[in-house]
Amino acid sequence: MDLDTLTGCLASSACLVTQTTSGFIIGMLLFLVAVGLTLIFGVLKVVNFSHGAFYMFGAYFAMTAYQLTGSFALAMLCGAAGTALLGLIFERVFMSRVYGRDVLMQVLVCYAFVLIFDDVVRMIWGPEFKSMGMPAAFQVPPLFIAGGVVPPYYLLLISVALLAAIILGLGLSRTRIGKVIRAAAHNPGMVSALGINTGLIYGGVFALGGMLAGLAGALAAPVRSLTPGMGFSVLIESFIVTVIGGMGSILGALIGALLIGMIRSFGSLGFPLFTEGLMYLFMVIVLVSRPTGLFGKEVA
Amino acid sequence: MTELQAEQASKVLDNSVTQAKPRPNRDALIALAVFVVLALLPMLTSSKFLLDFVIRCAAYGLFATSLNLLVGYTGLTSFGHGMFFGLGAYGFGLMMQKTGVAVPVAFVATLAITFVVALVIGAICVRLKEIYFAFVTLAFQMLIHSTILSWVSLTGGDQGLRGGIPRPPFLGIDLSNHLHLYIVSCALLVIGLFLMHQIAQSPFGYTLRMIRDNATRASFIGIDVWRAKLTIFVLAALFASTGGIIMALFVSGAYPEFAYWTISGEGIFINMLGGVTTFLGPMVGTALFLILNDTVTRVTEYHGIVLGIVILFFAIGLRKGLMDFVIEWYAQRRERSGERAS
Repeated sequence: MDLDTLTGCLASSACLVTQTTSGFIIGMLLFLVAVGLTLIFGVLKVVNFSHGAFYMFGAYFAMTAYQLTGSFALAMLCGAAGTALLGLIFERVFMSRVYGRDVLMQVLVCYAFVLIFDDVVRMIWGPEFKSMGMPAAFQVPPLFIAGGVVPPYYLLLISVALLAAIILGLGLSRTRIGKVIRAAAHNPGMVSALGINTGLIYGGVFALGGMLAGLAGALAAPVRSLTPGMGFSVLIESFIVTVIGGMGSILGALIGALLIGMIRSFGSLGFPLFTEGLMYLFMVIVLVSRPTGLFGKEVA
Repeated sequence: MTELQAEQASKVLDNSVTQAKPRPNRDALIALAVFVVLALLPMLTSSKFLLDFVIRCAAYGLFATSLNLLVGYTGLTSFGHGMFFGLGAYGFGLMMQKTGVAVPVAFVATLAITFVVALVIGAICVRLKEIYFAFVTLAFQMLIHSTILSWVSLTGGDQGLRGGIPRPPFLGIDLSNHLHLYIVSCALLVIGLFLMHQIAQSPFGYTLRMIRDNATRASFIGIDVWRAKLTIFVLAALFASTGGIIMALFVSGAYPEFAYWTISGEGIFINMLGGVTTFLGPMVGTALFLILNDTVTRVTEYHGIVLGIVILFFAIGLRKGLMDFVIEWYAQRRERSGERAS
């Protein structure tokens, strides 16, 4: 335990800015993964245990696209679009067979795909650590805000993730498609009886969730190292986020993700060995006091 | 398994269920006979490979069967059961390395530690709805794994407990002798299975089945569901921990992989492979899984893909474990011979 560093940091504005930004980075990436998880759960009533693989694929797709074309925008697009397609195929071919079945079966199918996807990545890109490298456009001197160092890429990352959150939130609450999705979450039988193809909705929601995770992976690719199995720790953390925020709540995912981001960022100063433990401790406290999460409704 | 399938399965099992009165004496005799056969095995064959295989079966079998107490009997899909396997291996290994107490003392002390940890984690988890339960147990597994990785001074971090576990002889048993280790593993396996079978056949075991089928009704007739779930969670953890202890003795060490989530995944897969509707399904699954795993890792470096496809084949294609087919076949044959007789 290193409380002196923590209090020292809290007292200096430079350190405060640096740690808050890094908390935001962790939080926003987690949010993108967790919101897909929570959306898929809300509509399809399954927990996509292989969701971390989409994050991983997003990162690898982006890296390959960036190496081939040299365009950062295209890399992001490839990461998001590739995983969306993957999500659609995965849902239509495999996951749709286990809806309404025992949790054991759903977990098993996803477990199988975690194994398969990790090995596929190992086959295509090799088992060693890879790095995409920072795009040339962002290789500029960092900004100094109140004495704290903030790389410009971090600002882009945070704003893209925030933009995604706003579009998603407005899209679900204001548009017709959003209404249909919410209706399908409530009563798929009725939605289907009204002449709407629920299979398409399910596939679309899964693709959307996969795309958000893929986008998170693509955004993370320049700042994190890429390795097969990189998705799993992200999956666990984003699950903790959804448990804290409440399953099925987008606002909950956002708040939960930011809380976890800050806990990780400031916790690594005060409790370097116990940072992960802090996250779990926080989850346990929320679970015990509010079993459905901070913003969760009773799950039907 | 859907309720419909569970119903079919219970119909299939009906013959045996109506006869199944708790018969500890008969069970004890069978257990003794199995133990004698296993103990005589080294006389017939000197193949170290086969004996090693039985020891690994003992470790994984205890783990998988205890998981079945949760998944199959109580309907608690734990996805973090492997943490107790790892806890057993590390607890026992550390106890032997650091304190140098006698083996039985370390054994009991490890089980005591597991008891306390399982009680705390179980108290938090068993209240949760099924998918939450699966993931929160998984989260705790990852917590224990990351603690092992980061507490380098105690656990050796990602290198694991190295330098071997000292195994001083006790009561004339020398566990560094391969044959002695084999006999002790068999004994632990048989005793463990016997005890778990007694639990499954006891009134408490039938309470668990009722909770699985209809928890609301169970609580209406006055069963404390939370307490029953917690009890079986802790009991299952103790057996999983015993499996971990056997594993630590076998490899003379403990590695972070023992506490990694894949162990839990393998446990679930083993249960699926053998079938969760019979008591011995997980044991059959264990043998199948170990054979499968050994073959696949020898043939290809990408064993994840092969295992994944096998899992998909069972989960989406067959939807049942091997023992479920055997039981069905047996019941059908019986029915047919019954028709012929009448």
